[in-house]
Amino acid sequence: MERTECISRNPSDTWDIGEDIGRHAKPGDVYALYGELGAGKTQLVKGIARGIGVKDWLYVVSPSFTIVNIYEGVYNLFHVDFYRIEGDEVDSIHVEEFLDNGIVVVEWADRAKWWNGVIKIYIENIGEEERSIVIVKP
Amino acid sequence: MIIFGIDTSCDDTSVALLEDGKRILSNIVSSQVDLHRLFGGVVPEIASRKHIELIENISRGAIEEAGITYQNIDVISVTAGPGLIGSILVGLCFAKGLSLALNKPLIGINHIQAHAVSIFLEREVDFPFIALVVSGGHTVILLMESPLRFKVLGTTRDDAAGEAFDKIAKYLGIGYPGGKIIEEYAEKGQKDYVRFPRPMINDNNYDFSFSGLKTAIINYIKKYGVTTQNINDILSSFQEAAFDVLTLKTIRASREHDIKRIVVGGGVASNSRLREKFLETGQKENIEVIFSSPHFCTDNGAMIAVLGYFYFKEGIVSPLDVKGYSRMMLH
Repeated sequence: MERTECISRNPSDTWDIGEDIGRHAKPGDVYALYGELGAGKTQLVKGIARGIGVKDWLYVVSPSFTIVNIYEGVYNLFHVDFYRIEGDEVDSIHVEEFLDNGIVVVEWADRAKWWNGVIKIYIENIGEEERSIVIVKP
Repeated sequence: MIIFGIDTSCDDTSVALLEDGKRILSNIVSSQVDLHRLFGGVVPEIASRKHIELIENISRGAIEEAGITYQNIDVISVTAGPGLIGSILVGLCFAKGLSLALNKPLIGINHIQAHAVSIFLEREVDFPFIALVVSGGHTVILLMESPLRFKVLGTTRDDAAGEAFDKIAKYLGIGYPGGKIIEEYAEKGQKDYVRFPRPMINDNNYDFSFSGLKTAIINYIKKYGVTTQNINDILSSFQEAAFDVLTLKTIRASREHDIKRIVVGGGVASNSRLREKFLETGQKENIEVIFSSPHFCTDNGAMIAVLGYFYFKEGIVSPLDVKGYSRMMLH
């Protein structure tokens, strides 16, 4: 297990941290995001999108409403959000089906059980703007 | 000519029958708000399952209310996106089946564009105009050149305005839908109690960001707590911040494009404080601001039918394999 902690001072820092994650991502990766409302999960995904070459990364928006948004970069980014769903409905999303041609990033990942191999990212508020971002690789 | 309009892009199953682009023969919206209230939000699997259960009955109800039969339908108009893909597919597949069975043309509609032209159900508006479509799933400024030709001037970069309202309401545990509930609290509060940020208000574009505002409210509540006394004031200040940005950026789009007409639609457009702000600012700037009636602000089949009418008039229909989509292409 490999644990990395980064400190973000503002949303733009969070984008940079996300970009770095995106640059090192490989198709088939699943990133499970943990963090409360307003922690900056969607901001981190914007950065990941920039890192994998999504042209419109600035317009990566919250998928709470649509559950899954798909962006095209060097490969696909499947941006999933479990904010509005629980229980059996989470299983009906079948995250594994997206993995052939891209990476999956899941917000509100605590609603699902994850298999070994999933990279977990914990975002925690340590001040009004400051965030601790902990990446745990299996 | 009778157009059958279907919208299943989010939580409502809506069906309408529209004659000659003007006369609404029926317009049925099955609000699922009661179900969702239990969960504090729209629950997607419940939504698509409900759409499947409801769509046939609601269609039959609309046909009966209009006093016609399925054979009288000339065109089938249906939302193809953007929205919740599982729900959209229910309406789209139903429409395709109907189109095949009746041998009548199908038109796949952009839900946002339909909100922007829904005003034509009630009155005429000269083109061009600036449209703000603001709801739980969308916050978009459009420049409408005709019913069919438009440019996206700006959109949210994170949360839709209504989504921020829903999330704050859920965070405070005060219920769903957040917009309507927050409006009730806000009416009793002081709007200048806290000076919350107005994200991107001075940026030289027509984009929005509501997630930073959402975070600011949560930070404030964590720091100072929330009581039965200050909840009205906090929510009033939050609503004011969100509406300041919506109003200012839309008015600016109007001024900078020298288009003196604004049409506001979408669920949030039924908020009375938003209406008041737009009308006040519009009057000062000599800009006409037009709102749809509240029952046409929420998702409805009639607006899908009226946009279908405009397409059909131009001889444009969709192939039977028209695809559903969740996100709107911006460029």
